[in-house]
Amino acid sequence: MSLMREKLENTNEVVFTAEFPSLDGGGMAKVVKNAARLAPWFVGVNATDNPAAHAHASNTASAIAMKMHGIEPIMQIVCRDKNRLAIQADMMGAALHGIENISLLTGDDVTAGDEPETRRVFDIDSTQAINIARIITTGKYLSGRKIDPAPDFYISAVENPSAPPFDYRIERALKKYRAGAKYLQLQICYHPERLEKFCAGVAKIAPDLKLIPTIVLVKNAKPMSFMHDKVPGIDIPQDTIKRVSSASDQAEEAYKLTVELAKHAMTLPSVRGLHVTDFRHDDSLDRFMYDLGQKPRN
Amino acid sequence: MLKKLLPFVEHVIKKPVWDCRMCGQCVLHSTGMTCPMTCPKTLRNGPCGGVRENGNCEVIPDMQCVWLKAYDRKVFLPLPTVWKDHFNELRPPVDMRLQGSSSWINLVTKRDQQTPAGWSTTDGAH
Ligand code: SF4
Repeated sequence: MSLMREKLENTNEVVFTAEFPSLDGGGMAKVVKNAARLAPWFVGVNATDNPAAHAHASNTASAIAMKMHGIEPIMQIVCRDKNRLAIQADMMGAALHGIENISLLTGDDVTAGDEPETRRVFDIDSTQAINIARIITTGKYLSGRKIDPAPDFYISAVENPSAPPFDYRIERALKKYRAGAKYLQLQICYHPERLEKFCAGVAKIAPDLKLIPTIVLVKNAKPMSFMHDKVPGIDIPQDTIKRVSSASDQAEEAYKLTVELAKHAMTLPSVRGLHVTDFRHDDSLDRFMYDLGQKPRN
Repeated sequence: MLKKLLPFVEHVIKKPVWDCRMCGQCVLHSTGMTCPMTCPKTLRNGPCGGVRENGNCEVIPDMQCVWLKAYDRKVFLPLPTVWKDHFNELRPPVDMRLQGSSSWINLVTKRDQQTPAGWSTTDGAH
């Protein structure tokens, strides 16, 4: 059984997830190095699928490499680059290697990447992809062709609690749950009140759906301004950016802000863990986890 | 004859009003009379995570997100309740073979309701 499933379904433990850095050469040495850094803290780590529309080592290959080095992958599949045949092939390829956590995403548009001239696929959407993953666990492909034995996926998805239309995001979470998602990793959200409303709404209409909000470790206000200006779907209040940019010790103020946001998120209904994005790449990750009351996993 | 004429008539009527893309399996009634095929990602089950703070599209920054429009219309237009109820149902993947054919014919013949043999949903939608 996947550890993500075990922890989320059978315990009340807070589950931390992270993202594995994209792999662009450097062979397994790079995998080993990152695995050593992430293993003490994270139950599952995302194996991304051409994030921000940039080509990297593939989702499946990365997930296999992570698994080989003791990290439980959450294998993402985005709808931008592959049609329904290729997406089902990804799922079955994952199953072949014993990868059970599958996360289905729409995917950033090709215009976000470094090859914006690329053809977009979007043959199916993320909710349809979730449903297809669920169908595969019942022992058949979309065509109805049998799969025996059926793979045992623990299916998840993502949602943005902080992008319009806000009310509809809650209904969409329910839709993803009905399609087969057991938990949602949430997009970065610097509006605590929006996150509150989203979690409360989800807890009400889909009480079994578990939520994992994202928290970002940054060193100063620069990456915050970048996210606010350049990443569609992320909005950071000017006051929040100013709080960090005007501090005498930006690194410390940014750290404090992150801990506040994390502690707040952990009190919200249906929240079962946190997804930690580390843009600092210093020793703050360990400090952060200790400050949240965590101990390294053995 | 009808098979040739109807797609033309349908396109002439639906193009100016809904910017119809002739997917051949019209879902306008369940999407607040807003065509999801005009979303640059052709999403049929709701908006992506890239909707901008002002409600505009991730891909085309000066266009309102199609799904924001759809949701507003669903909430505010006096549409039949059953249509509104269908808003959150899981719409199946597009059948690419129907591209360019008349959704009116496909509706009458129920061709637009055919889904792959393995497709099933847990929300009661077909
Ligand atoms: S922002 Fe809206 S219209 Fe634009 S790609 Fe996303 S869902 Fe489609």
